[in-house]
Amino acid sequence: MQRFGIGLQVLTIILVMYTLVGGLLISVPALDILNETIRNLFYHVTSWFAMIFLFILSFSYSIAYLRSGKSSHDLLARIFVEVGIIFGIAGLTTGMLWAKYTWGAYWVPDPKLNGAAISMLAYFAYIVLRNSFSDQIQRGKVSAVYNIFAFVMMILFIFILPRMTDSLHPGNGGNPAFSGYDLDNSMRMIFYPAIIGWIMLGLWISNIKVRLENVKTKLNQEK
Amino acid sequence: MKRLPGASIWVALFWIITLFASFNAIAKSFTSESRGRMLYLYSLVSPEVFIGAKAIYQSVILLVLSIVAMLVYQVLFEMVIQDYFVFVISLVFGSTGIAIILSLLSTIASKAGKNFTLLAILGLPVLLPLLMVTTTLMKNAIDGIELSVQLKYIFVLLGLNGVSLALALVLFPYLWRE
Repeated sequence: MQRFGIGLQVLTIILVMYTLVGGLLISVPALDILNETIRNLFYHVTSWFAMIFLFILSFSYSIAYLRSGKSSHDLLARIFVEVGIIFGIAGLTTGMLWAKYTWGAYWVPDPKLNGAAISMLAYFAYIVLRNSFSDQIQRGKVSAVYNIFAFVMMILFIFILPRMTDSLHPGNGGNPAFSGYDLDNSMRMIFYPAIIGWIMLGLWISNIKVRLENVKTKLNQEK
Repeated sequence: MKRLPGASIWVALFWIITLFASFNAIAKSFTSESRGRMLYLYSLVSPEVFIGAKAIYQSVILLVLSIVAMLVYQVLFEMVIQDYFVFVISLVFGSTGIAIILSLLSTIASKAGKNFTLLAILGLPVLLPLLMVTTTLMKNAIDGIELSVQLKYIFVLLGLNGVSLALALVLFPYLWRE
């Protein structure tokens, strides 16, 4: 596994620091109800982008594993799920904080929110499934099958079902998304780098985890 | 005078009962088969045929189960149903959908050795989209909502059945080869 190059590391740090500092400092449109909470766009939406990106990678590596049977593909599929879950939890937490200040409650029974929470459960189930095998090849195969199945169901659950019913969440059921009315150009200057920064951060963490796993297997072989 | 629950609680309770019944019914299906018989079947038919047959068999079992459960349920907690046609559709395709998804997942769970608990952990999050559509459809059928409104839910329910069947057919061969 190649290292996440020093140039990419510096770029990630710059992008993440830029969004953290810039996102809090720039002037945002002072809108009714939303007001300053609009800054959550930089952290909440980008977390979900990064999570979906990592889950798509994991899904493709699961397919690759079923076709090739290489253990490195299985490892990548697992790591991307683990890191994706971290970003999913970040997305849920930032969303809950935002909801407290705009909707008045941390959690409301809404199709989109429940869909996101249930999808996280499906990926927890993936981790549970992986841990219940002792044979490595069988573990890889079976969990790859479950990963593919869970991913398709997650896409249905997050992107298709909430569109059928009305949802409180911005972007559904007549609620305009942020971009609909208030994403002005200064916000775009933070939002787009933030997406790239968050995704790169996810890739960097995954890279470190994969290399750590490789070192562990090598040490085990030498014993 | 009996106090009757509202339609949404009535429907939710029914599907909770059916879901537990189906977990129990399907968890048994793969463990009850010996390794020798699996090998024999492996030499006999292709995996697609095997999982297809399994899904049909499970669907029939679950259909019978849910219809019997519904009859008893209706006797005990009577509910006036306004649109029988859509009601039956939601009952039938809800059960077949659960059967298809669980027949793939029960193979996965039986490979891991721990059957029932793992099946519940794996199954619940994956089954929820299907259950949400089914319960909405059934509740609307009880309330007698227009068919034109119901049509999109019926299509999504059929679509979910189709997608899960397609995934089961594509993915099962990988589980079978050992």
